[in-house]
Amino acid sequence: MKLIAVETATEACSAALLMDGEVTERFEIAPRQHTQLILPMVDQLLSDAGLKPTDLDGLAFGRGPGAFTGVRIATGVIQGLAFAADLPVAPISTLAAMAYGEYKKREQSNILTAIDARMGEIYWAGYQFSDTGEMRELIAEQVVPAIEAPLPESNKWLGVGSGFQSDGEILAERLSDLLIGTDAALLPRAADIAMLAAPVIEKGEGVSAANALPIYLRDQVVHKS
Amino acid sequence: MIVLGIESSCDETGIALYDSEKGLLAHTLHSQIELHAQYGGVVPELASRDHIHRAIPLIEEVLQQARIKKSDIGGVAYTAGPGLIGALLVGASIGRSIAYGLGIPSVEVHHMEGHLLAPMLEERQPEFPFVALLVSGGHTMLVDVEGVGEYKILGESLDDAAGEAFDKTAKMLGLGYPGGPILAQAAEAGDPHIYKFPRPMTNRPGLDFSFSGLKTFSLNTWNKSNKSEQDRANVARAFQDAVVDTLAIKCKRAMEQTGHNTLVLAGGVSANQGLRQKLAQTAEQQEFKLFYPRPEFCTDNGAMIAYTGYLRLHSDNNSGLDFNARPRWNIEQNR
Repeated sequence: MKLIAVETATEACSAALLMDGEVTERFEIAPRQHTQLILPMVDQLLSDAGLKPTDLDGLAFGRGPGAFTGVRIATGVIQGLAFAADLPVAPISTLAAMAYGEYKKREQSNILTAIDARMGEIYWAGYQFSDTGEMRELIAEQVVPAIEAPLPESNKWLGVGSGFQSDGEILAERLSDLLIGTDAALLPRAADIAMLAAPVIEKGEGVSAANALPIYLRDQVVHKS
Repeated sequence: MIVLGIESSCDETGIALYDSEKGLLAHTLHSQIELHAQYGGVVPELASRDHIHRAIPLIEEVLQQARIKKSDIGGVAYTAGPGLIGALLVGASIGRSIAYGLGIPSVEVHHMEGHLLAPMLEERQPEFPFVALLVSGGHTMLVDVEGVGEYKILGESLDDAAGEAFDKTAKMLGLGYPGGPILAQAAEAGDPHIYKFPRPMTNRPGLDFSFSGLKTFSLNTWNKSNKSEQDRANVARAFQDAVVDTLAIKCKRAMEQTGHNTLVLAGGVSANQGLRQKLAQTAEQQEFKLFYPRPEFCTDNGAMIAYTGYLRLHSDNNSGLDFNARPRWNIEQNR
């Protein structure tokens, strides 16, 4: 099983190669440089492993939510590669990848994710991991003001992502003792996109280049005067 | 060599395949006019969102039309600018990564260079050197074209582009969107002798344009009228005549200044029949040759990008794996 994943929805730009269970990743925090970095990262990973795009079994990308233009950079790159090399694509939630990253790091099974969505809102979701590592989306991903974000009812939760910076106080107050810690600096990474994508590609559930599309969550983008 | 061309600088996704042996193999286009009509203008974020849905299916469509395989493609050309940054990035990311995935070269194309070379897609082609009048919703400029990559801007609009002035004036007259074609149609019923609008910046030397004053002049005239259907048509006619006359006067001046004997008309507004007729008259009187592309290649399209990309692939293909959007790319810097 060989796949390439990319993630460009935030100021972090990363690409990862998953090959036979092992992940190699290139990761850089580089605002506004994603178009300069992403394909060279992919190319480095492939050439270090002695692979061509057509040697892969599939592709994956962080399909959002996140910065609109950033999400589309990953989408466009993966669409082009998938089209050229005839590969299936697994679109993976950027929020889910963050939750998975934190779960791996801390072995904490309940993760709330929040990305600052600007305009007084956050991209928000809650994930729970079973003993076997299976991930369940307990709070559906959405764009919402922090004050209205639906909260879990019980258990102890870790909060990750820039939303715990931008709206940290509101979320901490509302979650009260359900919240046992936060990591606002956590960014989504292609290595985690790759891990979540592997079963999708393995089961033959990948989509075609034309159907590898972003999820923005915010659909109201026009301000009528 | 077969070149895949991708255009996504504004509100049309244009895709084409150009073959250096056989010419244009296939081209297709998705226009977002309906998407933006309700807002009375292009909404950049909506444009980007639509491009990323359309590009790959349209690319698959041209391959089918041309009955070739993707492995037959020898190079990829995409519009890198000028235009809307988010929209440009869609074509750039897809175009660059297709080239990478296929192991073939790619090249950044200047949108306005695409327009001014579009007449080369026709059987009757202009010869260098020539003067090009580029008129669209985003640009109005006169360019001295000595050859591919040898461009000098002779004059350009200091405010609204001609197409923009058409759109805004049409909106003021309650004519809908996009304004250009609708206003032109309304003008047909107008009496040319009722109103006489100024021909901005024609009474002083130089080749620059200014159209925003005409827009205001139209509004004032309209507000002072009885606002009947006929008044609307009369104002539309007077406005169009003023724009067309102004463009023709400056073209004549540019021909005299450069000494060239060929004028190329390109860009969305070059589909305007009034403009074509006027320039045909001027060309006859002044004894210069006039060229313009077929109407579908006047507006944004992938064919001009594929063709320009083919010309450019020899000299400056993008060997790096980065890709760029250049929203304010100056055509003179595109050598």
